[in-house]
Amino acid sequence: MKPAPFRYHRARSTEDATRLLAELGADAKVIAGGQSLVAMMNYRLARPAHLVDIGGLRALDHLHTDADGGLHIGALTTHHTVETAPPDVLEPGFGVLRRAMRWIGHLPIRTRGTVGGSLAHADATAEWCLLAVALGAELVAEGPHGRRRIRAEDFFFGYYTTALDPGELLVEVVFPRPAPHAALTEFAERQGDFAIVAAAVDLDAEDGTVRGGRVALGGVAPAPVRVPEAEAVLAGGGTFAECAAAAADASDPPGDANGSPEYRRHLIRTLVQRACEEAMAP
Amino acid sequence: MTDAATDLQLMTLDVNGEEHEVLAESRRTLVDVLRHDLRLTGTHVGCEHGICGACTVLVDDRPVRACLMFAAQAEGARIRTVESLSDGTDGCELSDLQQAFSAHHGLQCGFCTPGFLMLAEGFLAERPDASKEEIREVVAANLCRCTGYQTIVEAIDGCAAARRRAGKEK
Repeated sequence: MKPAPFRYHRARSTEDATRLLAELGADAKVIAGGQSLVAMMNYRLARPAHLVDIGGLRALDHLHTDADGGLHIGALTTHHTVETAPPDVLEPGFGVLRRAMRWIGHLPIRTRGTVGGSLAHADATAEWCLLAVALGAELVAEGPHGRRRIRAEDFFFGYYTTALDPGELLVEVVFPRPAPHAALTEFAERQGDFAIVAAAVDLDAEDGTVRGGRVALGGVAPAPVRVPEAEAVLAGGGTFAECAAAAADASDPPGDANGSPEYRRHLIRTLVQRACEEAMAP
Repeated sequence: MTDAATDLQLMTLDVNGEEHEVLAESRRTLVDVLRHDLRLTGTHVGCEHGICGACTVLVDDRPVRACLMFAAQAEGARIRTVESLSDGTDGCELSDLQQAFSAHHGLQCGFCTPGFLMLAEGFLAERPDASKEEIREVVAANLCRCTGYQTIVEAIDGCAAARRRAGKEK
């Protein structure tokens, strides 16, 4: 229950961090809030030879909107900062992010855990990964060859695997357009546990009528997935119940100690409907 | 021995308003530095993977798991442990929160208590008007196998209510 030895490096800037990562190679891990990594290191499931601590890079702790109505969240922004952000930053377009934070672990996890850390860690049930896919986010990575933007749908490869190159640092996530009719909901046996299934929707609505939308699921595949079959129901004017049924029918979730495939399909149906209703609630 | 096995960090830590110089391995977590290097054994260590909350301390006024943080990461931050709560000339006078835990029987064996106290201390500072429902949600962060939580919720709620009354009287 004590981590294996490692060498500790404190990055002074993002350039310093990417230089260190390039220099130290594959045995180096980035540490931000450490809320997943330190637990894995204490268990010795992770034994990095080097840790590059980016915790001091205040420039990566920011939350602001741009002229086009998009929202930028720096990688070091904590879940708690999003949860307690001033209303004029998040509402009405991004209130979904604030409401989703309560599903992430517990308060003492959210005060340390970071948005970028969660996205780069890429747990299959992570709320930020699901939000990024559902809301069509773009992830900004900085490496030795400069910056690049990666669409969320191209970012998550599977369990704890992302499109980030070993020498790259995730610096920001951008939600390009407001999502006033969006919601995330999930189910776990105890509050704060990893979700067995999580569902997020981002509906397009005019005057209270749904014209279409995006439906995404976590915990049913190695990475968060969109469900085109369920989105087609919304675009075709179907009900939320029909959309939820289509999502369950289209999914092929795994079975494990937390639930059988049948149980997960039941959760998908329940949670997608619940998310749709919450997204349209006044 | 690899290089990493001898990777020592000289750190300056601000704990309960006092500066401490500590020379420890990089892999030393904050809770282990508090307990073993600084001999502040009020902070307990339970699961060591962020589940039980026994090691909860305040870092820059916010409750955090001291087992999920390397001490080196805490340099430059203000750390508060359960030892900072009590006051008085002999340092043994219990704070209002501690007294509320006692009055409401919010502890039995006491192992989890330092974690619950620091969780509540950080939470109430941010949400002095917290509802009982919010308190219930927050204390779900920590494990207590004795009390059944009801008395802990009542202790925190009672303390918050007393502070609000005192605030109004001023």
